[in-house]
Amino acid sequence: MSVDIATVKRVASLARIRVSDQEAAHLEGELNAILGFVEQLGEVDIEGVEPMTSVADMAMKKRQDQVTAGDIAAHVTANAPATEDGFFLVPKVVE
Amino acid sequence: MTDPTQLTIAQARQELHDKAISAAELTDAYLGAIEAANDTLNAYVAVTADRARAMAGASDARLAKGEAGPLEGIPLGIKDLFATRGVHTQAGSRILDGFEPPYESTVTANLWSDGAVMLGKLNMDEFAMGSSNETSCYGPVTNPWRARGDDKALVPGGSSGGSASAVAAWLCAGATATDTGGSIRQPAAFTGTVGIKPTYGRCSRWGIVAFASSLDQAGPIARDVRDAAILLASMAGADGMDTTSADLPVPDYEAAVGRSVKGMVIGIPAEYRMDGTPGEIETLWERGIAWLKDAGAQIRHISLPHTQYALPAYYIVAPAEASSNLARYDGVKYGLRVSGKDIVEMYEATRAEGFGAEVKRRVMIGTYVLSAGYYDAYYLRAQKVRTLIKRDFETAFGQGVDAILTPATPSAAFGIGDRDMAADPVKMYLNDIFTVTVNMAGLPGIAVPAGLDGRGLPLGLQLIGRPFDEETLFSTAHVIEQAAGRFAPDKWW
Repeated sequence: MSVDIATVKRVASLARIRVSDQEAAHLEGELNAILGFVEQLGEVDIEGVEPMTSVADMAMKKRQDQVTAGDIAAHVTANAPATEDGFFLVPKVVE
Repeated sequence: MTDPTQLTIAQARQELHDKAISAAELTDAYLGAIEAANDTLNAYVAVTADRARAMAGASDARLAKGEAGPLEGIPLGIKDLFATRGVHTQAGSRILDGFEPPYESTVTANLWSDGAVMLGKLNMDEFAMGSSNETSCYGPVTNPWRARGDDKALVPGGSSGGSASAVAAWLCAGATATDTGGSIRQPAAFTGTVGIKPTYGRCSRWGIVAFASSLDQAGPIARDVRDAAILLASMAGADGMDTTSADLPVPDYEAAVGRSVKGMVIGIPAEYRMDGTPGEIETLWERGIAWLKDAGAQIRHISLPHTQYALPAYYIVAPAEASSNLARYDGVKYGLRVSGKDIVEMYEATRAEGFGAEVKRRVMIGTYVLSAGYYDAYYLRAQKVRTLIKRDFETAFGQGVDAILTPATPSAAFGIGDRDMAADPVKMYLNDIFTVTVNMAGLPGIAVPAGLDGRGLPLGLQLIGRPFDEETLFSTAHVIEQAAGRFAPDKWW
């Protein structure tokens, strides 16, 4: 399988990365090189093989359903580019 | 008195206990070395001199009171991927511009509670994506090693290139690093240092900027095997903040250094003998086999049939996880924001400007392989192949193999700005051909220097162990270290 320019642009839009026409052309070549490389996985017989869901043989730990942190809005928003009264500010999303 | 930056951690620990040197003196010696070298090597992206001096002062007070921790007064460098409270943490990326986390990673918190001193944050490939430290937004790191009679600047490997360069150039006593596909072991091999990626789950991932969560593990880069054991013992441990951290006690790793390997079975996998591997790497491997045999280990030829599929499967799984993890960088919560006429334009402009070329490539690949219609063909197939790769190792270990010996990298360090690598991303990816299998199977792996190539550059061997058996790696790597000797660059910087 390989990607064309239209697919590159569609994927960029899904990934929320703006790409120029020139970048898209460049990415087309690079992504196809990588996809060409991974193509060899098609040779492997995976009949009846379970996909890996956890690399370690252990049950995932579960925490108690308890509030252990909170009231730290100032910390949470400390690094944000735009905030007001403990909220993140973003461009208007509803009319 | 000799230069205190030349001391290993074990030696410095002794001198500090004997009051032959103070933690303040040791820290000042490192700060001076960084000051003198960093413009040339670019290993540090932030130096925390005031904090280092304050921590060293506190260490001296504890040493005086006889309350020293296991790493009391030992100056360390921290990879820029670890969250350090109130201190620069950008993962080598513009998109985290100005980020200073309000919390501390578990691994670094463990080090500080054992008395270690933070010198600063170390350069790395952006979001740990790279094998040469050239994708960093702070520019490349220079390897303190150069080929004999050649002043061409070489890469230190990646992604933990700053960690490896700083340890090899005596700019810290040891460093934290992380490894998703080889990012501890490949730079260790390129710089003549020791790097261990422990078993998945051994170190908490809490507070480590995520790249590929099912593969990422923290570990140390150090000057020798003993120092790596000392550092890992402090970094490792169960943590309620990371549900994948293992609830297992951390053994006394240092006690494993020097332990006999007599009777151990060392597997030599046929599939790691690859076309195009330089003869010098083959010779090095043969020498490593002979050393372990001389030490009483039993050598057994084994097969890991799915080895060649590890790297292609990795380049589906890792970008898929990265595309998901890196979705959080949107110009809202932290770091860079580039305005747009609406929120989607803001996201797109922020991510276009904030991410470098390699990160964009991987996020795009990951997005593609997870997108509707391609998920089964790529992602699901890769996860099935991953099961087979792990099964290969389980079979070998099940048949009595204690550790597996392989080369660490397919070559020695290459030049900064290497044209072939720049032209073809896959060529750069091949750096991890011997290391990536270990991440795919969640196993521990250590890279230990084993010799120099014809141009005088360090080469490393890798030992792969059973899950949570890092001790065997320290014992076997120590045998290699004892036989091969230590390697240090000639100081030119």
